[in-house]
Amino acid sequence: MTARILVLGATSAIAQAYARRRAAEGCGFILVGRREDRLASIAADLGARGASSVEVQVTDLAAVDKIEEAARALQARFGSPDEAVIAYGTLPDQAAAELNLSEAHAVIDTNFTSAALWTLALLKDRPAGRPFTLVGIGSVAGDRGRASNFIYGSAKAGFDRFLEGLAQKYDGTPTRVIRVKPGFVDTPMTAGIKKGGPLWATPDQVAADMQRAVAKGRRVVYTPWFWWVIMMTIRHLPWFVFKRLKV
Amino acid sequence: MLDVSSWGRLRQVPHEVARPAFLDEARVLMRSQRNPVLCYGLGRSYGDVCLNENGRLIVTDMLDRLVSFDRQTGVVRAEAGVSLDHLLRTVVPHGWFMPVVPGTKFVTLGGAVANDVHGKNHETAGTLGAHLRALGLARSSGEVLTLTRDENPELFAATIGGLGLTGMILWVELQLAPIRSAMIDSETIAIDDLDAFFRQADASRDWPYTVAWVDCLAKERAIGRGFFIRGRAAEAGGLTPHGAPRIGIPFDIPGGLLNGVTIGAFNAFYRKRPWALGARRLHYDPFFFPLDAVARWNRLYGPRGFFQHQSAVPMQGVTETIRKLLALTAEFAEGSFLVVLKMFGDRPSPGLLSFPMPGATLALDFPNKGESTRRLLTRMADVVLEAGGRLYPAKDATMSRAAFRAGYPAWRQLEAQRDPAIMSDFWRRVTAGAA
Repeated sequence: MTARILVLGATSAIAQAYARRRAAEGCGFILVGRREDRLASIAADLGARGASSVEVQVTDLAAVDKIEEAARALQARFGSPDEAVIAYGTLPDQAAAELNLSEAHAVIDTNFTSAALWTLALLKDRPAGRPFTLVGIGSVAGDRGRASNFIYGSAKAGFDRFLEGLAQKYDGTPTRVIRVKPGFVDTPMTAGIKKGGPLWATPDQVAADMQRAVAKGRRVVYTPWFWWVIMMTIRHLPWFVFKRLKV
Repeated sequence: MLDVSSWGRLRQVPHEVARPAFLDEARVLMRSQRNPVLCYGLGRSYGDVCLNENGRLIVTDMLDRLVSFDRQTGVVRAEAGVSLDHLLRTVVPHGWFMPVVPGTKFVTLGGAVANDVHGKNHETAGTLGAHLRALGLARSSGEVLTLTRDENPELFAATIGGLGLTGMILWVELQLAPIRSAMIDSETIAIDDLDAFFRQADASRDWPYTVAWVDCLAKERAIGRGFFIRGRAAEAGGLTPHGAPRIGIPFDIPGGLLNGVTIGAFNAFYRKRPWALGARRLHYDPFFFPLDAVARWNRLYGPRGFFQHQSAVPMQGVTETIRKLLALTAEFAEGSFLVVLKMFGDRPSPGLLSFPMPGATLALDFPNKGESTRRLLTRMADVVLEAGGRLYPAKDATMSRAAFRAGYPAWRQLEAQRDPAIMSDFWRRVTAGAA
């Protein structure tokens, strides 16, 4: 499909892997991020792989006050895309963020506030009735509040609840809302965590699941699939069991 | 500090590991001169060319972007961390293939250049180095250079087969080879002994791809018995690229499954497969990369790991040299899962330390049984040295300083071009105490 895809957070490893797969289909891209040089190298990669067009926009996606203006600038420059992927985020050291409030603030604003406002800004001035797919990359970390990661987790949970409401609102219309929930993925974001073992996925595995979900219009995708089983279990554990869990 | 090992899994070696996601990050890492550094791709070399004990290791697998790909001319430029697996899946559907491929596609382009890899078509195509148009190199001084035959030619020659010692290879530009299909027309012929191998090799001069699989446990007159495989690109069959391996060894096999008894039984069975002989058309994946079908097959050798011997011996006395080498392996009955015997041609490489020489090459694996295995490898190395041949650094864990220097007289020129902040365990081992 020659869809035009707006990628917010194009330097994310999952976003790159997803964009590569869609480039092979001949899609066009608008890549948004902070680093012009990195966006340029991704643009060259996508072009070499078959993307029909690649444009680059340098923007600080987490700057909450500038979102409305930045969204309007994108619209003016590139028009309305067929698909938007919200792929940026930040994973903190939980212990440090609990004590450093400005860090906690940044995590919540980046992962929830700005993502929600970008979503509203993109949907606000869209021509009604025109097909649009919004893909929000969340996390299994949002499925339950856990001591080990609740600042990041709750921000992702907030965004997930937000997208769920949007999905209900747009149900039956040509606007689709797709929530992607990866587990452990081998990316620079998780560089500080010990990797290895069957629970770890590559960005390309997640991207493949996303590609399939978008093609089929699935609402919620746990990726890889087994996280649905794990989180269903964790979500339903009674408190006296959950409180003892060291996850 | 993280423990890292190479494909042979002989040792777990601690390193300070960095894994940059973008070239600008990688250049910054190279500029730091704190601790000796080395780049590491996918870790498919066998010994210690990719290790740098207690030093810094820059893992390059995320630096895998294409920079440009001209579908008309087949010229491609890519970041050096791209795997051949990935590259082939991108270029094959457009009618292009790597001009030279080694025995596995799970190596990075940078690693392939640093070891100046060769393939089944060495007689006609030479090594990968012959097909490179340009390299991008980052040095610890902060310099970022473009290397070609005309621009920085000494550094270009030193970097090809230069084991990563001249700097970090940032990107590689090469000329791909055109293909009309992803299929290979191949013929498999039984050979009874070493003379039959050389006769077949002689009779197969118009086949671009040739290789033989040999039973290393065969004794006396049967030395060299096995299969001779030859192939050429098919004219039809579609341009479908390969898929992912469907089976893998998920954990270490304790004690290792591969020993003289099991390998002997396998060899006997494998030789007699009637369906393998004759002509057939098959996809490039099983023709070039048969072992890739089993992911992490190196685990079959167990936690002690394994050694590889690969030597190149000159045309002068080649039959006798190969016979002596195979007689040693049969005598020690140590056995090897895959024994490859192949002729090398005389197409030169621009690389200073290029491994192939006109003659023949023999490659075998040996499960690590400790001292007895090392003794065998030393004796084989002595045979190679005496014949005027050399061992392949990409596979080596045991070659002596004398063997290295005799085999690679240009090593001093590479040492002169080496980036002072870069070191590998291999280079330390073979040049230690050198003047």
